[in-house]
Amino acid sequence: MHTNKSAGFLSVAVLAAGLLVGASASAATLVINSNASDPNVKAAWDTVIDGFKAEHPDIEVQYSIYDHEAYKTAIRTWLPAAPPDVVFWFAGNRMATFVERGLFEDVSDVWRDNGLDEAMASTRPSLTIDGKRWGVPYAYYNWGVYYRKDIFDQYGLSAPTSWDELLAVGKTLKDNGITPVTIGTKYLWTSAGWFDYLNMRTNGLDFHIDLMLGRVAYTDARVRKTFENWRELVDAGFFLENHTSYSWQEAQAPMINGEAAMYLIGNFLVGELSDDVAANIDFFQFPAIDPSLDLGEDAPTETLHIPAKAKNKEDAKRFLAYVARPDVQSALNMALKNLPPHKDAEVSDNRFVQKGAEMLARSKTAQFYDRDTTPEMAQEGMKGFVQFMDNPDDLDEILATLERARQRIFK
Amino acid sequence: MSVEVTSPSYTWWRFSQRFVPVTFLAPAAIIFAVYVIYPIIDSIWLSFHWWDGLGEKEFIGFENYQRLVTEDHFFLAIKNNILWLLFFMLSPIFGLALALFLNQEVFGIRLVKSLFFFPFVISLAVIGLVFGWFYEPVNGLFNTILALFGIQGPAILSDTELVTYGVIAAGMWPQIAYCMILYLTGLNSVNPELIEAGRIDGAKGARMLWHIVLPQLRPATFIAVVISIIGALRSFDIIAIMTKGGPYNHSSVLAWYMYEQAMFNYSMGYGAAIATVLFLIMDVFIIGFLWWLIKQEREEG
Repeated sequence: MHTNKSAGFLSVAVLAAGLLVGASASAATLVINSNASDPNVKAAWDTVIDGFKAEHPDIEVQYSIYDHEAYKTAIRTWLPAAPPDVVFWFAGNRMATFVERGLFEDVSDVWRDNGLDEAMASTRPSLTIDGKRWGVPYAYYNWGVYYRKDIFDQYGLSAPTSWDELLAVGKTLKDNGITPVTIGTKYLWTSAGWFDYLNMRTNGLDFHIDLMLGRVAYTDARVRKTFENWRELVDAGFFLENHTSYSWQEAQAPMINGEAAMYLIGNFLVGELSDDVAANIDFFQFPAIDPSLDLGEDAPTETLHIPAKAKNKEDAKRFLAYVARPDVQSALNMALKNLPPHKDAEVSDNRFVQKGAEMLARSKTAQFYDRDTTPEMAQEGMKGFVQFMDNPDDLDEILATLERARQRIFK
Repeated sequence: MSVEVTSPSYTWWRFSQRFVPVTFLAPAAIIFAVYVIYPIIDSIWLSFHWWDGLGEKEFIGFENYQRLVTEDHFFLAIKNNILWLLFFMLSPIFGLALALFLNQEVFGIRLVKSLFFFPFVISLAVIGLVFGWFYEPVNGLFNTILALFGIQGPAILSDTELVTYGVIAAGMWPQIAYCMILYLTGLNSVNPELIEAGRIDGAKGARMLWHIVLPQLRPATFIAVVISIIGALRSFDIIAIMTKGGPYNHSSVLAWYMYEQAMFNYSMGYGAAIATVLFLIMDVFIIGFLWWLIKQEREEG
C-alpha cells in the first residue's frame, strides 16, 4: 500500500516534470520586462522589439512594460524568485547590488562573440565587475546646464565658462526679476545633479567616486567645501522658490514661460520639449570651479541584463546581442535622443545629442548620485541636499546625519 | 435501569455541540492565523535582524530599535502620527454637524447629500493629486483665493511647519464625508417618540442633542471613531501621492517611514522594527477603546 502510494506520487511527479520540459522545449518564450513607460521611450522600444521578432520568428517574445518608478521596487521581487529572461536596469552601483548577490548572469560571452569589448570601450568599465561583464548598455546621455538663449541674449549674457561668470550671470538674471535656475525637488533626485557637479568641480571626479563608494566621510572638509560653494548659489537666490513642491516635469514650466533661465538636467529634457520651445534652448557644460581639475561629467548608462535564474538564457543572449548591434543602437538612440554606446552606431544629428557626444568624448564620467552610491545612501543623501537648499544653516546637522548613515551602510 | 444515555443520537448531539462551532469557526480562524497572526509574528521576528530583502538574514538583537531612537525621522513621524490622530478625531464631530444640517426635508436635499458624500467615493490617490494642485504655490486655487484678499499664500507642501496640516486636511475631506453618512443613517433610526417626549418636557437645541439624540447615535459614533482612528494610523497613500514624506521627512508618518526604509532603502529588518512600533501604538489605542466600550456596556447593563 505504502509503496503503491509513493510510486503513484512519483509517476505524477515524472509526468509533471515531463510536461514542463516539453513545454519549454517546444515554445521558446522570451520574457522581457521593461521600464520604458514614458511615451517617446515606449515607442522607441516597441520598434526594437518588433525588429527582433521579425528576425527571430521562432522566438515567442513576451514583452511587458512597467511604470518607471514602480519598476525599481518590483524588480527586487522578481530576481530572487521568478525572474523574466531579460530585465532593463542601470549600470554602476545599481547593477553591482544585484551582481554581488548572484542575481545577474555573466554575459562576458555576448561581449566577446560580438566584439563589444572594443566597440563599447567607453561604457565597458561601468558594466564590469571582477573582470566579467554583467549586462549590455543600450544608451547613455549627457547632463548639462540647459538655458534660454533668447533670455541670455536679451540681457547680453553668454554661457559661463567659470564659476565667477556663472555667479555674474545669475546676478544679472536675478536683478532683472528672472529666477536664474529652475529645479523641482519633490522626488529629490534633481538636487543630486547639483551635488554631483559641484563636488566634481570642487574636488574632482576621483574624490567624488571615493565619496560615492563610502571611502570618505561626509563630514570631510572637502565635502564641506562643496557645500560652501553650493551655499553661494543658495544665498544669491539662484534656485526656484518652493522647489520642493514640484516634480522635474513641473519645474520645466517656469523655464518655458520665461520666468527662469537655466536648468541643470539630463538630455531627456529635450525629448519633452516642443520644437518651438526647444528652438530657444541650448546647454553649456557645468563650468569649472577649481581650474586645475578636469571636468568630470555625469553620463547615466541604461542597460539590459539577464537574471541568473532566467529560464531562457539562450534567447536572452540573442536579444542582448541584437540590441548591441550598431544598426539597432543607431535607430533606438535616434528615437530616444540618447547616445549609442556602440562606437560604430550612428549618432543622431540632433544638435543637443551632437553637442553632448562631443562633450562626453573628452570627459571622464560618473553615472549619477543615485546610481553611483548605494540606494539607501542615495535616499538619505538626496534628502540632505534638499534640506540644505532650503536651510543652508542646517549644514552641520545634515552632514552629521549623512555621516552616521555612511558608517552604517558602508560598515 | 436505563442505558439509553449513551444512545447514538445522544453521542452525536454531544459531539455536534462540541465540534460544530469549531468547524464553522475553523475556516475563518485558519485564514486569520495564516494571513494576520503569522505575518505579525514574522515581522516582529524580522525586526531583530539585518536583512536587505535578498541575501541572508543576520540576527542583531535590539540594534534596529536602538537605531530608531537616534533617528530624527522617527520622532518626526511619531509627532505627525499624533497630529493625524488628533485631527482625525474631529472628523466625527464635523460629520455629525453636517449630518444634522442635511437631515431635513427640503427640495433637492438628496442631491446635496450626494454631493457632500462624493469625496468618499473618489479614490485617495485622486484626492491627493487634486489637493496637490489645490495647494500649488503659484497657480493653485488655495493661494489664488487668498490673493483675492490680498494675502500672499504660503507654499503649503513646501513648508516644513504647514505640510502635515495640509496633508491631514486632504485626508479628512473624505473621512468627514464618511462620518456624515454614518450619522445620516443613524439619524434615520432615531426614535421620534423619544424626541416628542423630550419636547414635551421642554428639551431644546443643545440639550435635546446631547441627552436624547446623541445617546441613540452611539452605534454610529462607535463606528465613526474606530474608522477615524484606523484611518489616521493608516495614513500612507495620500502622503505617498502628495509629498513622499517631504520636504525632508516633515510630512512623514510611521507607515511611510516603514515603506521608505523597506522598499527604497532595502532595510527590511529596520522597516519591520518601525512596523512593530506602529503595531504597539495601534494596540494601545484599540485596547483603550475596547476597554471604554466594555465599561459603557456594563454600566448600561
